[in-house]
Amino acid sequence: MKLTLKVWRQKNAENKGEFKTYQMDHVSEDMSFLEMFDVLNDDLVRKGEDTVAFDHDCREGICGMCSMYINGRPHGPLKGTTTCQLHMRHFKDGETITVEPWRATAFPIIKDLMVDRSAFDRIIQAGGYISINTGNAVDANSTPIPKLDADKAFDAASCIGCGACVATCKNASAMLFVSAKVSQLALLPQGQPERHQRVKKMVEIMDAEGFGNCTNTGACEVECPKGISLENIARMNRDFLVANVVD
Amino acid sequence: MKLDAKIPEGPIAEKWTKYKATIPLVNPANKRHIEIIVVGSGLAGSSAAASLAEMGYKVKVFCFQDSPRRAHSIAAQGGINAAKNYSNDGDSVHRLFYDTIKGGDYRSREGNVHRLAEVSTSIIDQCVAQGVPFAREYGGLLDNRSFGGVQVSRTFYAKGQTGQQLLLGAYSALSRQIGRKQAEMYTRHEMLDVVIIDGKARGIIARNLTNGKIERYFGHAVVMATGGYGNVFFLSTNAMGCNVTAIWRAHKKGAFFGNPCFTQIHPTCIPVSGDHQSKLTLMSESLRNDGRIWVPKAKGDNRKPSEIPEDERDYYLERRYPAFGNLVPRDIASRAAKERCDAGYGVGTSKMAVYLDFSDAINRLGKDTIEARYGNLFEIYDKITGEDPYTNAMRIYPAVHYTMGGLWVDYNLMTTIPGLYATGECNFSDHGANRLGASALMQGLADGYFVLPITIGDFLSKEIGTKAIPTNHPAFEEAENAVTERIKKLMSIQGSEPVDYFHKKLGLTMWEYCGMGRNAEGLAKAKKIVQEIKKDFWSNVRIPGAPNETNPELEKALRVADFIELGELMIDDALNRNESCGGHFREEYQTPEGEALRDDNNYAYVAAWEYTGDNQPEVLHKEQLVFDNIKLVQRSYK
Amino acid sequence: MATVTAGIIQSSIGRKYLMALSGLFLCTFLIVHMLGNLALFKDDGGQAFNEYTYFMTHNPLIKIIAYVNYAFILLHIFYSLTLTIYNRKARPESYALVNQSKSATWSSRNMGILGSVILIFLIVHMRTFWFEMKFGTMPTIQYDGNDMVLKDMYSVVAEAFSQVWYVALYVVSMFAIAFHLYHGFQSGFQTLGINHHKYTPIIKNIGMILFAVIIPALFAAMPLYFLILNL
Repeated sequence: MKLTLKVWRQKNAENKGEFKTYQMDHVSEDMSFLEMFDVLNDDLVRKGEDTVAFDHDCREGICGMCSMYINGRPHGPLKGTTTCQLHMRHFKDGETITVEPWRATAFPIIKDLMVDRSAFDRIIQAGGYISINTGNAVDANSTPIPKLDADKAFDAASCIGCGACVATCKNASAMLFVSAKVSQLALLPQGQPERHQRVKKMVEIMDAEGFGNCTNTGACEVECPKGISLENIARMNRDFLVANVVD
Repeated sequence: MKLDAKIPEGPIAEKWTKYKATIPLVNPANKRHIEIIVVGSGLAGSSAAASLAEMGYKVKVFCFQDSPRRAHSIAAQGGINAAKNYSNDGDSVHRLFYDTIKGGDYRSREGNVHRLAEVSTSIIDQCVAQGVPFAREYGGLLDNRSFGGVQVSRTFYAKGQTGQQLLLGAYSALSRQIGRKQAEMYTRHEMLDVVIIDGKARGIIARNLTNGKIERYFGHAVVMATGGYGNVFFLSTNAMGCNVTAIWRAHKKGAFFGNPCFTQIHPTCIPVSGDHQSKLTLMSESLRNDGRIWVPKAKGDNRKPSEIPEDERDYYLERRYPAFGNLVPRDIASRAAKERCDAGYGVGTSKMAVYLDFSDAINRLGKDTIEARYGNLFEIYDKITGEDPYTNAMRIYPAVHYTMGGLWVDYNLMTTIPGLYATGECNFSDHGANRLGASALMQGLADGYFVLPITIGDFLSKEIGTKAIPTNHPAFEEAENAVTERIKKLMSIQGSEPVDYFHKKLGLTMWEYCGMGRNAEGLAKAKKIVQEIKKDFWSNVRIPGAPNETNPELEKALRVADFIELGELMIDDALNRNESCGGHFREEYQTPEGEALRDDNNYAYVAAWEYTGDNQPEVLHKEQLVFDNIKLVQRSYK
Repeated sequence: MATVTAGIIQSSIGRKYLMALSGLFLCTFLIVHMLGNLALFKDDGGQAFNEYTYFMTHNPLIKIIAYVNYAFILLHIFYSLTLTIYNRKARPESYALVNQSKSATWSSRNMGILGSVILIFLIVHMRTFWFEMKFGTMPTIQYDGNDMVLKDMYSVVAEAFSQVWYVALYVVSMFAIAFHLYHGFQSGFQTLGINHHKYTPIIKNIGMILFAVIIPALFAAMPLYFLILNL
């Protein structure tokens, strides 16, 4: 396959960026999107140019580190797929592909396609946990949890924290990410003692980090590589109201 | 130096309990003044950091990723073992202990493994309390499944994402401590050296990967939780960033390296598709519960798998190992696949693959059940290969997955450098020559939650009078200068080839000669090749950009330089061990049926290697393994 | 109570509750408004409509509700502006290429534009009818069997709707309302935390059938009816 890549290049957070165009003449259909960038980078090294910086690690769609905005969509055109799992067979020979970093105030660019998503960590640090010290736990089977609740909690917990929801949202809102954690813990009996405090604190930090407001366009749910449901956002909205009224 | 594993005296089942009751403690007021550095934020690192911070120590945590939640523990699919016996199938601590020792082909320590089996049950309790959504039965209680190498169902799981859920549990515990300011997190930082003062580990030198600054950090003790070194093979199921640098630097500063040649080749991975391949993807071993592995009986049979009739298929695992069938341990399953492919029965375009077939299971249980059990794995397969595994048999081939070897540690998990600890995959301790499925998560969390926080007291209780050492101490100065020099040297080469070029070469060599099958001649040849690669690398690598900025190529170069050195040590170790055991299969040493042939009289020891200087041969120290509770027999899964 | 409201209003989610609540209130208002206006179709020389208009402007309860209604319109506009400004700040540098055609409905992505069209419409609409009714000089009329002299709103309506441009503005605006409510109605429920696998599809259907089709269609039919009558 032959492809033209339009890639966002930006030296660091302070410098202004611009698109650069690269011609790729030997792309295999079996390559992953990131493997195509490996090939590009090897070429750039041999030519003495600086390589394109991008985040990636596990390359099996679970660590959540890869983050490219491909042809106007986070992680590209394939549903339920991270950039690293996107294979070139889904593109057409001769196509021009535009690759940009996630764009949001809360995700400042570090270099090229690499952004700083530590805002997500700070939201979790504000309350995305159950306060239990090591060694304090009772027997795992002492509290039965209805399978349906456990399954729903799992679905919410399968968020990989990649930030595609923020990237695609026209408002750069982080509601899907935050609500996934709020929901997971709200659905489990273990999460009840801190339920109200948790949602209040996490929303407070979410706002402070500069994410936008949710306008329920639903784009996040569609683009989420793990299919996290909008139901979680509704649950968080509900919990937030109750928390503010009750506590 | 004589190796002392410090295994407590007494009957095996009482060692840990008695030891815990007598180990010196650090009182809460003193904990406040003690700082601990944890390198790595996977299961072992996050759980240790969270637990230590909860106890009141001041903790600094480092990871090279952008968030602690990204560590590669997250990719573990299948599950976590625990001797809960919820399935009422005769499981017990002793049975888990026995299975692990046997699965490891009798090359692990009884004391450590028994402790692991003991604390396994608490791990499940802890994780459930943290909100880890394990799979449950309709009655609301936890579900279990079976895994390779054992005959009980003791594996707890969360669909095919158990590692993710456990890591997020540990990450949330760590996040809580960061929120409380009890732990400090340094993301996008890579440890490049350990600082030793008066013979004790007192800090690290790290590179800030965002701006390239070399930074110094002090700790009364340093805990390594940096994972495995499978990426020495270039292609492995490890994440792209997984590396040996942290423990290799520690090794060069005096920490012995235990059993470096013990690597695990996982039998069920998606085969290589071309030269561009950057990593391999695992298909969880749990697939072998319902999938059947086979190759055509006729060589070069190019029909579609569904068109090959039943009696023309060779279900070679079921044929060779009727008792365990498709559920034999990983090393055995991997070798059997290699044996069939080498003999010319492989399938797919590369002929380096075998079928993992679900058609029987789909007929028996229905597509919905199979989808509920393995849906996400099937999706991964479909995405990568473009084939639907519900209708076509999967093609799989073994790939490097886990490294049993690592820094040598004693019962306290302390390396041969006082104050330097190694937990999780980066130590050598619990899995012997082969790890059983669903035991890596167990070990990582056992070390981090329940072992290290207690055993570290033995060292720290003597450090309560030690004031924090300022980082302008000459030892820090010296270590930083060495790191800066090394980077300068790498950047100045400006040769003609990118880092990956050397890494791929190294990987191919290691896979060919020090992979699934090894022999003296091949290993000797590999040693020469690796030495040449080393020379070539240091004169021909090209790193673009500058050292004082985000520079992924420089990061890779620093790692590959260490991989090359490690490769040589792995070869030495494999050459030294004239026997076959677990993942280490020396072709000269096998039974007439082709099974691994151990030599317990001469090799029932841990090979701990001491670094003595650049281009000097490493010195071998032997820790004799003592088996008081388990009789050594040839492993049989027939 | 003060802390509750403060806690809510100062948060992103809280401000959205206000958007949702005001929006849903305006939706119910639309139903009442539409039902009342159906009197326009009655062939009685405008009696039913003018009597309805009288009732609406003189019943004290309705009057209160009317002021609440105005307040909600202002609130809805105020918070939509606040939120829009806030959201702009969340992404100062936009993408070179955005493709959301597969991930979000056109309506949901263009609520601001749709809302602005509706606002312009509202101003024109209020100027023509509400302002005239309140402050203008209007023709009056008296019907058989009713002692009162009523303001003849019917004739004002008939007059306004005899102009093609005015009718066109109405029809276009009703499209804007249709799309605005197609997203807005169900979105309000989601914001308030109502999302249920059984009931959400029902809510979405109500939003689509009632608020995106029936109500705007009937509203649009009114000016068209008069236009056709005048032909």
